[in-house]
Amino acid sequence: MCSESGNRFGPDDLAWCCTLHAGCEYPMTKIVTDVVCPFCGVLCDDLEVEVSDDGKTVVEVYNACAVGAAKFLHTAAKDRVKRPRMQQDDGSYREVSYDEAIEYTAQMLAKARKPLMYGWSNTNCEAQSVGHEIAERVGGVVDNTATVCHGPSLIAIQDVGIPSCTLGEIKNRADVVLFWGCNPAHAHPRHMSRYSIFPRGFFTGKGHKGRKMIVVDPRNTDTMKLADIGLQIEQGRDYELLSAFRVAIRGEDLPSTVAGIPKEKIYEAVEIMKNGRFGVIFFGMGVTQSLSKHHNIDIAIMLTKDMNEYTKFAIIAMRGHYNVTGSGQVMGWQFGYPFATDLSRGFARYNPGETTSNDLLRRREVDAILVVASDPGSHFPISSVQEIAKIPSVAVVPDINPTSAISKLHVPVAINAIEAGGNCYRMDNVPIDARKVVDPPEGMLSDYEFLTRVNKRLGELMGVA
Amino acid sequence: METVTVTIKTQPELFLEADNISPDAFAGKKAAEIVALHAYEGREQYTLGKYFDISGEAGATAADTRIIVKGDVSRVKYIGMKMSAGEVIIEKDADMYVGAWMQGGKLTAKGNVDAFAGIGMKGGELIIEGNAGNYLGAAYRGDWRGMQGGLIRVKGNAGSDIGYFMNGGTIIVEGNADVHIATHAEGGKVIIKGDAKSKIGGQMVEGEIIVFGGIDVMMPGFKYVKDEELEVDGTKAKFALFHGDLGERHPKRKGQVVYGKLYQKI
Amino acid sequence: MTATEYLIRNGYVFDPVQGIKGDKADVAVKDGKIVKSVSSGAKVIDASGKTVMAGAVEIHAHIAGPKVNEGRNYRPEDKLFTYTPKKKGSRMAGGFSIPTTFKTGYEYARMGYTTCMEAAMPPLFARHVHEEMKDTPIIDEGAYPVFGNNWFVMEYLKNDEIDNAAAYTAWLLNSTKGYAIKVVNPGGTEAWGWGLNCLTVNDPVPYFDITPAEIMTGLMKTNEYLGLPHSMHVHQNSLGNPGNYTVTLDSLKLAEGIKATNKFGRETVLHSTHLQFHSYGGDNWGNFESKSKEVMDYVNRQKNITVDTGCVTLDETTTMTADGPFEHHLTELNHLKWANVDVELETAAGIVPYVYSPDVKVCEIQWAIGLEIALMAKDPMRCFITTDHPNAGPFTRYPRIFKWLMSADARKERIESFKHSAKMVDATHIAGMDKELSLYELAQMTRAGPAKSLGLASIYGGLAPGMDADVAVYNFNPDTPHKPDEIEKAFSSAAFVMKTGTPVVMDGEIVSNGNKRTIWVDAKVNENPQVMRDIKDKFLRYYSVTLGNYDVTKHFLSGNPRVIEVDATR
Repeated sequence: MCSESGNRFGPDDLAWCCTLHAGCEYPMTKIVTDVVCPFCGVLCDDLEVEVSDDGKTVVEVYNACAVGAAKFLHTAAKDRVKRPRMQQDDGSYREVSYDEAIEYTAQMLAKARKPLMYGWSNTNCEAQSVGHEIAERVGGVVDNTATVCHGPSLIAIQDVGIPSCTLGEIKNRADVVLFWGCNPAHAHPRHMSRYSIFPRGFFTGKGHKGRKMIVVDPRNTDTMKLADIGLQIEQGRDYELLSAFRVAIRGEDLPSTVAGIPKEKIYEAVEIMKNGRFGVIFFGMGVTQSLSKHHNIDIAIMLTKDMNEYTKFAIIAMRGHYNVTGSGQVMGWQFGYPFATDLSRGFARYNPGETTSNDLLRRREVDAILVVASDPGSHFPISSVQEIAKIPSVAVVPDINPTSAISKLHVPVAINAIEAGGNCYRMDNVPIDARKVVDPPEGMLSDYEFLTRVNKRLGELMGVA
Repeated sequence: METVTVTIKTQPELFLEADNISPDAFAGKKAAEIVALHAYEGREQYTLGKYFDISGEAGATAADTRIIVKGDVSRVKYIGMKMSAGEVIIEKDADMYVGAWMQGGKLTAKGNVDAFAGIGMKGGELIIEGNAGNYLGAAYRGDWRGMQGGLIRVKGNAGSDIGYFMNGGTIIVEGNADVHIATHAEGGKVIIKGDAKSKIGGQMVEGEIIVFGGIDVMMPGFKYVKDEELEVDGTKAKFALFHGDLGERHPKRKGQVVYGKLYQKI
Repeated sequence: MTATEYLIRNGYVFDPVQGIKGDKADVAVKDGKIVKSVSSGAKVIDASGKTVMAGAVEIHAHIAGPKVNEGRNYRPEDKLFTYTPKKKGSRMAGGFSIPTTFKTGYEYARMGYTTCMEAAMPPLFARHVHEEMKDTPIIDEGAYPVFGNNWFVMEYLKNDEIDNAAAYTAWLLNSTKGYAIKVVNPGGTEAWGWGLNCLTVNDPVPYFDITPAEIMTGLMKTNEYLGLPHSMHVHQNSLGNPGNYTVTLDSLKLAEGIKATNKFGRETVLHSTHLQFHSYGGDNWGNFESKSKEVMDYVNRQKNITVDTGCVTLDETTTMTADGPFEHHLTELNHLKWANVDVELETAAGIVPYVYSPDVKVCEIQWAIGLEIALMAKDPMRCFITTDHPNAGPFTRYPRIFKWLMSADARKERIESFKHSAKMVDATHIAGMDKELSLYELAQMTRAGPAKSLGLASIYGGLAPGMDADVAVYNFNPDTPHKPDEIEKAFSSAAFVMKTGTPVVMDGEIVSNGNKRTIWVDAKVNENPQVMRDIKDKFLRYYSVTLGNYDVTKHFLSGNPRVIEVDATR
């Protein structure tokens, strides 16, 4: 914004405005284009960020949704913590150096017999990879936020596969769009405008008028308000309703209602789906974290597979954190599993229910926790949070949050993708390289740098791997 | 049969992985050798001797070996894993994976067991006198080949996901069961003598489920066919037969579609 | 501290590049290259009584990228009980049919393979392929971007604009850091965007109205216009269908009259991959039979074609291919878990597990066909041994394939133990074939041949001075009688493997991660404003990422990329 005229200009106009104001002291800025937003799985890569000429401050953000913009602008917040903080006996925190933090973290991991290394979803693949080296060295368990999010989707994919596509296919081809148990209007704000409902793609010139939208949710959400058909389902009965869709496809009889939905509505929805040219189901926590969990996703996938006998159909998980998908990818090619990977026996093992973070914490099966780039203090059940507060714990997160508030050591790091570049993967698995736009505050490390130094120290403590 | 008695003396701080407590691992060994078998707590490798007192001697083969596990082993995993013959008796509560991937022999857990008991079972007998956790007799993650054969009997209640991807064998739960029974089954038989909840026989291709007690919510893909008199595990009664899951594929044999069968006692 | 001079002494050397057919000879290595001789200070590796060959060259395997990783993540059962723990100097390694990247590098190296090409890279996911290649130790790797269903390519070839197709191809190879023009199920995978397919070379692609024949011909012309090191590499339409051999012959015939034009010594213009899957007769699974003879008669006569076999190993494995409609078809047959990803403007991929059971007649015939192709090949420099890993079986089974190809007795034993032995013998030629591959032919089919087809004959696949010092030594004495299983054992676990002059395997154990390279082609063409405009336009309107974020920047490549320069300016 021009402080002189008060005008709020777009990126191309600012220079023009300021040439009108002789002696304008508006700081010179530059616009960085093709910026990747590190908030959610939509992974918008068309942001334009205005940064100060010295490359240190984010001044303004264009094209992002409110949440993404806030994350960028937050980098300039005056009250950012910039150095590690160690918990004292009285519960207060004292600032320590990065060197002390590295030593503490390395010692904690070396001493633990089964450390949990959790999070990873707000950092880049390069940092995740170093984390895996550490985990392999110390025989830990690596887990990411899928454990409380789309883990059930990953389990379902392991059971029945997944017919899917990239988001550009939706933009260019899809004419029937279902949102099942998700609310993109709130959780993935630009999803409908960038990919799923409004774009005019190669074969979808009519935009949203050429698309039919079906929403299934127990609540009449803001997403449902946009739908052609809204089905307000009885909570906990998604499995039954999805099954009813499959029964309907096969032309079999249905009971008069299923999951609170009259059978006529079910047959109507299935007809719309069958008559589309290209349909897609997007789904979220409404089905992954309600009764049946992975079975819900499993049967939704099987429904999608059934639909492929009539027309083209795909299904895509609405991934949450901007790089939880990347964590699953890196863990996949290095260890063979997408989350909840137990390395304690020297070879990787996987079984959600046993190797997942909340089970490990609830059962007191781990004796230390390193949290990187996530906030389990906010998202985990209280029994897990209480355990984190008891055992040795380090939180490598940019800000003070409920996790850092109960960890023995808080290591603030550069905010990824804004202050530290790195690769990340979108909800449809497309990899995008997020280049940084500003430098981190003076002297702050990125989590990649911090973990690399911890790994080196562990090499000294534990012998070369 | 020779008997080895394994008595816990030191509890693990975390959990103990004792996949070596099985007739196959003990066969041909004396107590002094059994004590030296590996056990794992986190990333550290220890011996069974650190946690257990071992007395007795194993038989020459698994079939000749009986193991009695005494004391609180509720933080010990994998007891009886992959056993092919012989006998194991666990006197108190045990943790996960009791009798996992069992191929033969008999394992009796006198207390409760945690999740994943009898997963991937191929044969043998698994008796649980207390309650069983989730995923009883289920398939390992991703494997479309679940329980292949053998018998699992739970005297108490069982959790969710019984017989997931079941292909064969029999599971009998004398108490109640939680949600998701025989999901994705392509064979086998599950008997619930108590109450079931919902999501019974979801995505079932083939196989049999028999419920004596109540069912809260039926899957929409199960269609009533007729009443039938059956003798089930020693009890004669009248059952309503349902075919399903009609939302799933089914094979044809001799020109007839073969459905999964759900019986509910009338 | 490793020496820079080595002398691999007194082994039985098989090197088609120099025409050495098992003579006892020394191989001298200095500073990563084969040299004529070394000083007396050279470290000596005693290869007496052992077989010595150049490091092998894998021309087609699915080892890095989104569908490979989806395969890993969706098959935890592929890793159950078969994981190799981490050791000093090597990471933990798991996965039977879809190994992790560490395992991929280690297992190829242990078999003496030192250069491997990832068979299909979806351009939008190129960054992912490179990240995986970077995490695959020891072996040099390159990847083939797919072109045969690409919207730009179809539009240019429809208008017969070879120069534009060439400019786009050069741009795409550069953006993705790719190696060659790969074509999978041309046109059919775009049709799959609507759930359809192209099953013959003349089926037009919906909307784009171009045929697979036109796509293949156009891309061959584009390839020769550019003079790329490798030829067009094609997975023909109608993979896996009984009777598809006619589609195969129709496709191969398109190479007639096209001349190889390049500075890399490549003499061929079409590489037909995993030919086993495309050599089927009959018209249903009941009368399914081998047409390897018809196909190989043509391949033997048509000298500007190379092929690789796609041999079946008779394992439970995972099929994965950019032939999306085929995978849908397969899951409808075996009802096993099906993963699919359609990729905007470019391609698709499908994954389905498959069990090649020796008790199933169709699998027995498939097994025979793969071996027949290799045994019928008259020019071993034009027929290479693969399993289309993991589609027909894991690459770790190559030594078993070698055993079957080198021993008629081993084949006989296998055939006699088949459940449907008599029926499969009727449907195939294998029982009547007593040819046994020699070690020299093996070297041609796994080293010199693939390297030449790739345009890398001056670097890989041979032991001539000046070539990279990629050397494999096996515990196999060609002069003494042996049992067939000894072949499999020897080639599974090399006595010694050297990569670019660094020992990486000793007695079957990994001793170093080496210093792998990523190989890619940088083709320079004249500036082409039309194509640049088309690219900007499509990114603005149809892609879901921006043009600025598409390019694979250099930091994704492994430490010392090997760039093959091509000057296609006019």
